[in-house]
Amino acid sequence: MFDAGNECIQVEVLTKSFGRVKAVDGVSFSVSHGEVFGFLGPNGAGKTTTINMLTGLARPDSGRIVIDGVDCSSRPKAAQHLMGVVPDESNLYPELTGFENLCFCGALYSMKSAPRKARAGELLGLFGLSEAADRRFAEYSKGMKRRLVIAAALMHSPGILFLDEPTAGIDVESARGIRGMLEELQRNGTTIFLTTHHIEEAERLCDRVAFIVEGRLRRLDSLENLLRPVRGHEVMVLDLGMSATPGQDELERRFPGYRFSYSSPSLLTVTSPRPIPVAPLAGYLSSLGIEVFEARRKQLSLDDVFVRVTGIGAHLMKSGKPGRGHA
Amino acid sequence: MRNSLIAAWSIVLKDMKAYYLKPPNISWGLLFPLVWTGMFFVKTGREAGDIAGVLPGMVALSVLFGTTSMLAVTVTFERKAKAFERLLLFPVPLGVLVLAKTSGAIVFGMVNTLVPFAIALYLADLSMVSWGVVVPAVMLVAVVSTFLGLFVAVSVSEVFEAQTFSNFFRFPMIFLCGLFFPVQDLPSYLQPVSMILPLTYGVDLLHGAINGSAMFSPAFDVVMLLFFITLLFSLSLRSVHRRWIY
Repeated sequence: MFDAGNECIQVEVLTKSFGRVKAVDGVSFSVSHGEVFGFLGPNGAGKTTTINMLTGLARPDSGRIVIDGVDCSSRPKAAQHLMGVVPDESNLYPELTGFENLCFCGALYSMKSAPRKARAGELLGLFGLSEAADRRFAEYSKGMKRRLVIAAALMHSPGILFLDEPTAGIDVESARGIRGMLEELQRNGTTIFLTTHHIEEAERLCDRVAFIVEGRLRRLDSLENLLRPVRGHEVMVLDLGMSATPGQDELERRFPGYRFSYSSPSLLTVTSPRPIPVAPLAGYLSSLGIEVFEARRKQLSLDDVFVRVTGIGAHLMKSGKPGRGHA
Repeated sequence: MRNSLIAAWSIVLKDMKAYYLKPPNISWGLLFPLVWTGMFFVKTGREAGDIAGVLPGMVALSVLFGTTSMLAVTVTFERKAKAFERLLLFPVPLGVLVLAKTSGAIVFGMVNTLVPFAIALYLADLSMVSWGVVVPAVMLVAVVSTFLGLFVAVSVSEVFEAQTFSNFFRFPMIFLCGLFFPVQDLPSYLQPVSMILPLTYGVDLLHGAINGSAMFSPAFDVVMLLFFITLLFSLSLRSVHRRWIY
């Protein structure tokens, strides 16, 4: 469990522009020791620019970053010693084997030969890559590459881990394995800063979540607080096929306490703090000559909170909104 | 300091494995100087004086093309593949990182000169050569050529741009830096251009050590080479800092 109030990462009024585009606009937050902090937003929202500034790959136009008491503006290399970074691309060295890549990264974190070889072997085992240790990185599958990149970031056993889209573009099984590893790190007290556009991933892993859209923080809160307004609500999605659809006002008059909306022309969503029986709804719609092809119950999730807070459809998060250059 | 040395050595070893010891680069590093040297020596004949006359040019040419071509790959290509970006994430000072990335090219350039020297030694008596000056001269030429290649490599985004941009420097330098035609014999309006090109001083140092026909004193050549080395390295470092840590 994280230690609230014991700040590990402090970010104050961070700003970064590319030409006239403000990629990050006055962003402030702090992350406590041992916390898993999710930074959520669509592509182009400013997630990568923020993580680049935190890890020393980009310079803020203004603002302040302090990593575990080290000011990144004045001592960026000292701050880099404290962190492991998993970039959004699996950019280890294709000509080197998995083992050599890890040893190389260990050497760049000033590890001596024997400890880095031992740590590389340990991490390869932990990430299920022992059998591929002597294979060139170029020959790894996408999931294996991603695992090795995470292992590389952990070579010097950092207290803080930055992950930029750790499960993007890999198969379900590998993504599940990576989430399991992150949960293990969390249990061991590693502070994790995670950027992702997979809301389900953030919901599963994070203690607190920040929503960033167009460079600005829209909301920052604990997962519990974010989900509280939607917890206990029941949602029913009715597929009405291509038949005529009744108006929302008419439905809400007929069924007080229910909220009706259309997520597509044929999908009617019913929300209520009480359980929603299907029969009265289906019966009423049938009396209007509208057939219900399918009825599905759904639990409200962080997806829905994100949509409410940002006004951006969750489908845009998953498919990716058009990017904005570096952001 | 010790940590920086461990990091730098690891980068050099990694680059050796990934680039310099690859069969295409070994063969290119041998073939290129072999063909040029063979061609010039055949044309020159077997007289020791003639061979000693063209040897500084052959050595400089081998170093210049070997180093600048490799930098386009080890720096520009790695940046394109975001592998250089990964290096910037490590707690290694930028200067150490860049020096480590260029060390492999410096050694590669120096090794390339073994071909013209080996052929010249086989064909002619080089007993008049001051080897004590030649070795540091070759090293200085390799360093200045590498940093010239680095300056080009960090100023562009694509490998082909690096190669093309390098040629704007490389080919004029073949004619303007005294490799095969003495600078003093160039038209007077071209001679000032020669003076602002770093290779002029490297080739002059080599001429002095190999055939005794230098324009300047060895001390002056060394000072000028050190000046260009410092200038090119500083400019490259500034460029990396401004353009890559954006």
